[in-house]
Amino acid sequence: MEFNIYDFTSFTKWIDESLNAAMSPFWVMITEMAIIGVAILAFYALVGLFLVYAERKVCAFMQNRVGPNRVGPFGIFQTIADLLKLLMKELVYIKNADKLLFNIAPFIVITASFLAIAAIPFARGLHAIDFNIGIFYVVAVSSLGVIGILLAGWSSNSKYSLIGAMRSGAQIVSYELSVGLSLITMVVLAGSMQLSTIVEAQANGWFIFTGHVPAVIAFVIFLIASTAETNRGPFDLAEAESELTAGFHTEYSGIRFAFFFLAEYMNMFIVASIAATVFWGGWMPFHVPGWEGFNTVMDYIPPFIWYIGKTAVIIFILMLFKWTFPRLRIDQLLTLEWKYLLPINLFNVVLMAFIVLMGWHW
Amino acid sequence: MRGLINYFSGMFNGIISLLKGMGVTGKYFFTSPVTIVTQQYPENRKTLEMFDAFKGEVTMPHDENNEHKCTACSICQINCPNGSIEIVSRDVVNDEGKKRKELDKHLYNIGMCSFCGLCIKTCPSNALAWGQEFEHSMFTRDKFVKTLNNEGSKLMQKKGVE
Amino acid sequence: MAEIIQDIQEQEYIINMGPQHPSTHGVLRLVLSLRGETVLSVQPHCGYIHRGIEKMCERLTYQQIIHLTDRLDYLSAHINNHAVCMAVETALGIEIPERVKYIRTIMDELARIASHQLWWCSFGMDLGALTAFFYGLRDREPILDIFEESTGGRLIQSYYTPGGLMKDIHPDFQKRVKDYIIYFRKKIGEYDQLLSGNVIMNQRTQGIGKLTKEEAISFGVTGPSGRGSGFECDVRKHRPYGMYGKVEFKEILRSEGDAFARYMVRMDEMRESLNIIEQLIDNIPAGDFTVKMKPVIKLPEGEYYQRVEAARGEFGVFISSKGEKYPYRIKLRSPNFSNLSALHTMANGQKIADLVAIGASLDYVIPDIDR
Ligand code: SF4
Ligand code: SF4
Repeated sequence: MEFNIYDFTSFTKWIDESLNAAMSPFWVMITEMAIIGVAILAFYALVGLFLVYAERKVCAFMQNRVGPNRVGPFGIFQTIADLLKLLMKELVYIKNADKLLFNIAPFIVITASFLAIAAIPFARGLHAIDFNIGIFYVVAVSSLGVIGILLAGWSSNSKYSLIGAMRSGAQIVSYELSVGLSLITMVVLAGSMQLSTIVEAQANGWFIFTGHVPAVIAFVIFLIASTAETNRGPFDLAEAESELTAGFHTEYSGIRFAFFFLAEYMNMFIVASIAATVFWGGWMPFHVPGWEGFNTVMDYIPPFIWYIGKTAVIIFILMLFKWTFPRLRIDQLLTLEWKYLLPINLFNVVLMAFIVLMGWHW
Repeated sequence: MRGLINYFSGMFNGIISLLKGMGVTGKYFFTSPVTIVTQQYPENRKTLEMFDAFKGEVTMPHDENNEHKCTACSICQINCPNGSIEIVSRDVVNDEGKKRKELDKHLYNIGMCSFCGLCIKTCPSNALAWGQEFEHSMFTRDKFVKTLNNEGSKLMQKKGVE
Repeated sequence: MAEIIQDIQEQEYIINMGPQHPSTHGVLRLVLSLRGETVLSVQPHCGYIHRGIEKMCERLTYQQIIHLTDRLDYLSAHINNHAVCMAVETALGIEIPERVKYIRTIMDELARIASHQLWWCSFGMDLGALTAFFYGLRDREPILDIFEESTGGRLIQSYYTPGGLMKDIHPDFQKRVKDYIIYFRKKIGEYDQLLSGNVIMNQRTQGIGKLTKEEAISFGVTGPSGRGSGFECDVRKHRPYGMYGKVEFKEILRSEGDAFARYMVRMDEMRESLNIIEQLIDNIPAGDFTVKMKPVIKLPEGEYYQRVEAARGEFGVFISSKGEKYPYRIKLRSPNFSNLSALHTMANGQKIADLVAIGASLDYVIPDIDR
């Protein structure tokens, strides 16, 4: 086997074949699941820790501060120190809380974000599962998190938590629509729901360029709606610090709180990945049709770097949102969705379908 | 129709206002190392200089002969609104056999001081001054009570007056 | 079933906001009764940081009172002290030097700017725009440095004393203040870009927390909050003290009476304060920084009242003297207390998030409410 940084297909195939040579198919499946599980878990933890650090640094720079700078050079171990602190903290039990729900709520939230990672193509061939309904799967799975939030708010037996959870419910249910519709716009353009096909279709130009105006509109709407779906500022009504102290996770402490915290960042990462994949070509390098020399130079940059780079840019935009805007009010939030995003989105889908029908999209 | 125009113009004005805001934060992000205003406190301890007027603590300056100017008149004690000053004086008999009060201890409780400056302002012999020290934390409360006059210090003799 | 639903709909959801809550700016406790997200009533419970300052003043000499009035509305410490000093000075019939008046006026206005900046910070933070918080604090820092250089204190200065000032200003004072005016004129544009024009912020404040002029007058809502409702209550304009009679400035008035109007009044006041300082800073006359006072001040028997325009409204000092060195009774009219009393009227029927915005636009300082 040869390890190719531009194409992981042969690598994954090699793993599969060597396992098959050694074990029965059932055990191969189990081992592969375990490998993928461990890999995703490690990736999850790494990305989570890094994103927390990045967010702190980014917001610090926007606010004329230095940010974490004590633990390690430039404070890079700060989040690890924080994690250790959270691990060692006492888990406070609320007397009249619904114990079972209270305990499983963080796991539901974190599992939802965990599941969504599986479908994301990181590079050519580096893909846990390549569903033929990839986008549908991601949208479905990522909205499971709201159940965890609702349970957390309900079971804490705290008034602030309950209000936060209810807000979150209203918010996520409505913004699901926009996320779904803006992705559907792109599905119309790509003609497929399979994420790998969508990426391949962008070899000669990312959808945001080839999809004309509807693609741009869909991208903007997707960014807004997905910020809302991940409960990040300016849509962080569920935890609205200045109104509800900490919203649905007011009563959580220690590592359970860390789960919510980590899940928020992972959701942001997933959302950014989806945006990068669907609109900016995922791991596909930047190609301009006709510029052969330029295209080959771009091809030298490994796909994984392209993918990470695009995701990072989108994450930066999301952070810029969070650290610039004031929070919306619940009725304004719903107004924005139902009066602005949804009609525009519906119109946009029709427009995109029209463009595709006329064959203007390449 | 009017409603539709309002709908779109409102939306675009809104987006522009949002972009303006992002411009401000974005500008600071990209010029960040220059625009950082925070100070790195424990590191810059050596270079950190407080203003001369800074009210860090009440001190009693001594000259090179370990002499201060306090005559133990207790005016500062009377003027302190919080009772954070206590003058302990002793009676001494001078050469001519006259009894006179002399400062034994000038006790100053920084934990109770509200830094109003009345003691320093009202001291008739200008014996007190502001010190620039600002790191006052202590582990126990009794450490807040400081004796302002040095060990074995004496009253500064006024020149020409005997 | 229908009965149960009706029952639930009629029940009120009681929430204790505070005493420890991020948006009550201290230890204020608001008992809210909600229906869904809608606020049905707000009951402020104050007293968590009551220190009995008025009572304490009865055992303090007039010079010593200063260090307590500092600690009422700590963001306008200078201005509170100004009121006490003027009350004592008018009672004694002392004419204070021009220089003192100039310096006091400039210091007051600097304190007002610094206070409004901190209000802007916390306003942004209450609405969820955290970055605003740091920008406001950043621009407030030079003012604190100016204070520290001349007075020795950053937040609590205890700089005024009956008869004048504790000490003279630092030689660099004028230069620093002039630099600051140039600096802040630039930065305040940024405030507008970041928050004042922001569509989300406008949506969240316009039409929220309405207070009519009549209500403002009957509740005694003064300061920027009252002027946002069109209540002409600027003491600086209507009962000039210090140098305010001699400088030109506008009384900022707005008629909307909502949270946004109060916001804009404060923003414009910062600009106006810069103008006032600009007119005075070059003309500080030479002279003494204090008149010679007797060490023990005894006010002649009688009752004295002095009002000033603090950053949050009209601050009044009422001194009743029996001719002793201690006041017989002191009553402090703190602006925040009256402003808070209008909270229920403003927030009734609005959302929780609006309550936070209204609270932010009222800009309360809890030690001033509780005294
Ligand atoms: S410090 Fe000054 S006021 Fe106090 S006792 Fe000494 S001389 Fe008197
Ligand atoms: S500064 Fe004020 S409170 Fe402190 S010791 Fe002097 S008089 Fe007392």
